[in-house]
Amino acid sequence: MDFLTLIQLLDSTVRLATPLLLACLAGLFSERAGIFDIGLEGKMLAAAFFSAAIAALTGSVWVGLAAGIAASMVFSLLHGLASITFRGNQLISGVAINFLAAGLTVLIAQDWFSQGGRTPSLMGGARFGPITLPFADALSGVPVLGPIYAELISGHSILVYLAFACVPLTWWVLFRTRFGLRLRAVGENPAAVDTAGVSVVGLRYAAVLICGVLCGIAGAYLSTALQAGFVKDMSAGRGFIALAALIFAKWRPWYALYATLLFGLFGALETRPDVIEALLGLKIQGALLGALPYVMTVIILAGFVGKAIPPRAGGQPYVKER
Amino acid sequence: MDVMPKWAEVALVPLISLILAAVLSALVILAIGEDPLEAVNLMVTGALGSTYGWGYTLYYATNFLFTGLAVSVAFHAGLFNIGGEGQAMLGGLGVALACLLIPWPHWSLALLGASLAGALFGAAWAAIPAFLQAKRGSHIVITTIMFNFIGAAVLNYVLVNLMRPAGQMDPATARFPDTTNLPTLHDILAPLGIAFSKSAPANVTFLIALLACVLVWFLLWRTWLGYEIRSYGKSEPAARYGGISPVAITMIAMLISGGLAGLMAINNVMGEAERLVLNAVEGAGFIGIAVALMGRSHPFGVLLAAILFGFLYQGGAELALWTSIPRELIVVIQALVILFTGALDNMVRMPLERLFLMLRRSRA
Repeated sequence: MDFLTLIQLLDSTVRLATPLLLACLAGLFSERAGIFDIGLEGKMLAAAFFSAAIAALTGSVWVGLAAGIAASMVFSLLHGLASITFRGNQLISGVAINFLAAGLTVLIAQDWFSQGGRTPSLMGGARFGPITLPFADALSGVPVLGPIYAELISGHSILVYLAFACVPLTWWVLFRTRFGLRLRAVGENPAAVDTAGVSVVGLRYAAVLICGVLCGIAGAYLSTALQAGFVKDMSAGRGFIALAALIFAKWRPWYALYATLLFGLFGALETRPDVIEALLGLKIQGALLGALPYVMTVIILAGFVGKAIPPRAGGQPYVKER
Repeated sequence: MDVMPKWAEVALVPLISLILAAVLSALVILAIGEDPLEAVNLMVTGALGSTYGWGYTLYYATNFLFTGLAVSVAFHAGLFNIGGEGQAMLGGLGVALACLLIPWPHWSLALLGASLAGALFGAAWAAIPAFLQAKRGSHIVITTIMFNFIGAAVLNYVLVNLMRPAGQMDPATARFPDTTNLPTLHDILAPLGIAFSKSAPANVTFLIALLACVLVWFLLWRTWLGYEIRSYGKSEPAARYGGISPVAITMIAMLISGGLAGLMAINNVMGEAERLVLNAVEGAGFIGIAVALMGRSHPFGVLLAAILFGFLYQGGAELALWTSIPRELIVVIQALVILFTGALDNMVRMPLERLFLMLRRSRA
């Protein structure tokens, strides 16, 4: 494998890791506040559709992004209503949200565009284009570092840089602010937070809404940056891989970055069977490689390689008095 | 003290949830510019207006009965098995192996063998998440989701590389031999003088599903094991205090659950397709969740809910054929049913409880 192939591989790793990273951080906020969210997949899908649809109708990708985030937040509110206000089962609510998004997106897409459950292809200003960082062209002649800067670091859409910036931001919010301390506390011991006079319900809604914003960006990235338009079920299990990455990362922001990059690499390798063959000397079925994140997550969950301990109050609705 | 009388608990709450889901679905149909009443009319004639329609409705209902029972048994043990989809996939593999490798002399023996193989494979696929939950404390919801994806990958690999006949392009097994073909409801009802559509896929496995219903009821409410499963699901500390082993009950409940999901394959793989194709389960494993929630995890409720979803499935296919409403409407309805009967249960229950309390006070 030559240097350029490696750069290409890492480049597509970054592209594929971005939606996983955003969704993983989304799940991080929600689960750190004690709200399990297996509806990441559905929220991404809804955002992917609405951002592509509105971008196609208005011709502006930014309006599309706003619509995607809004759609994702509506689903987040639904999840909040079911799991915080009505103290329902958070897992069942997540399942319902996934199906609701899967069905509604195709239904509305068919009604609006009549193209078999897809949106028209996005062009020009209706898509997030690549951004060329300063001096990328001038430096591309420099050996080793030049291609790395020009190909790998430069030339992504703005959402990629935003996603990577979200990692230190999430760390700072969760571990260096008062809000973050309270948010983590509400996921470990909501009664203590309540005793301190801070609203458990308010904090949890805030966490669920932040989760909606990040899922919305992830979904918008899928349909307006990674691809040019929405197709049926285009999230393709990414929400669940993000969930797997979250467990892999043991609910920590920096580990989330590493986990999603690793899973992104698997995704990139899946499209390049020739590289695997050159590296390992044997053929690996793409489908089996695609299942690798899930297998690794099960192994981590089994506690054979370090234990992943979820937030203690996760999944339990908070009842003030019994 | 129960606030609500039993009939309200069993019938009124699910009914109101169902009405809410139906009203919202009607609004969705209105929003895409179709007439909901016309849609219902089309669905009823398409799914129930002929023996052909009934044949499809019952065929789908058979799938949902198995997966609904699977989710219910796990629910009773306090476990949420989202892995019905993967378990049914692997059950299909078991059924295909049994049908292709063993030269069965008669369909009845083949059915018996294939049922065992399907249940065994389904149970095996549930066994690993069950073991990890029981022994290592890994959350069963997450592991069963992961196993759905792993199962799909395994099946893909097996069909493409191992079981595909030479020269065939699509990833599927060879056709099963004729001796394994199950009699359809047409074949069963014809000797009794009842005319039933020849081309509908409903077959003898519907009767097996009904039998499974009775057996699950008997297991849960008439045996020692069922008592242990239910008490473990109600309160783990109490069950532990009563000498019930959490590890054993988790394992047994999940094995039964996985086995029931795997059994579904005798309907869709052996009874209908007569070969194993890639996407044989078609989401029936997930519909099992809606069916179990709506049926309140009781085998009789599950039967009613499975037939309702069979009707929705067949009716939805008819709608997609005759109107501009896509098949995905069914997914929306399914989601709304899960939402209202599962996640938003308290939204329906709290006002009702208040109402019954008021009635009781005014009477006292």
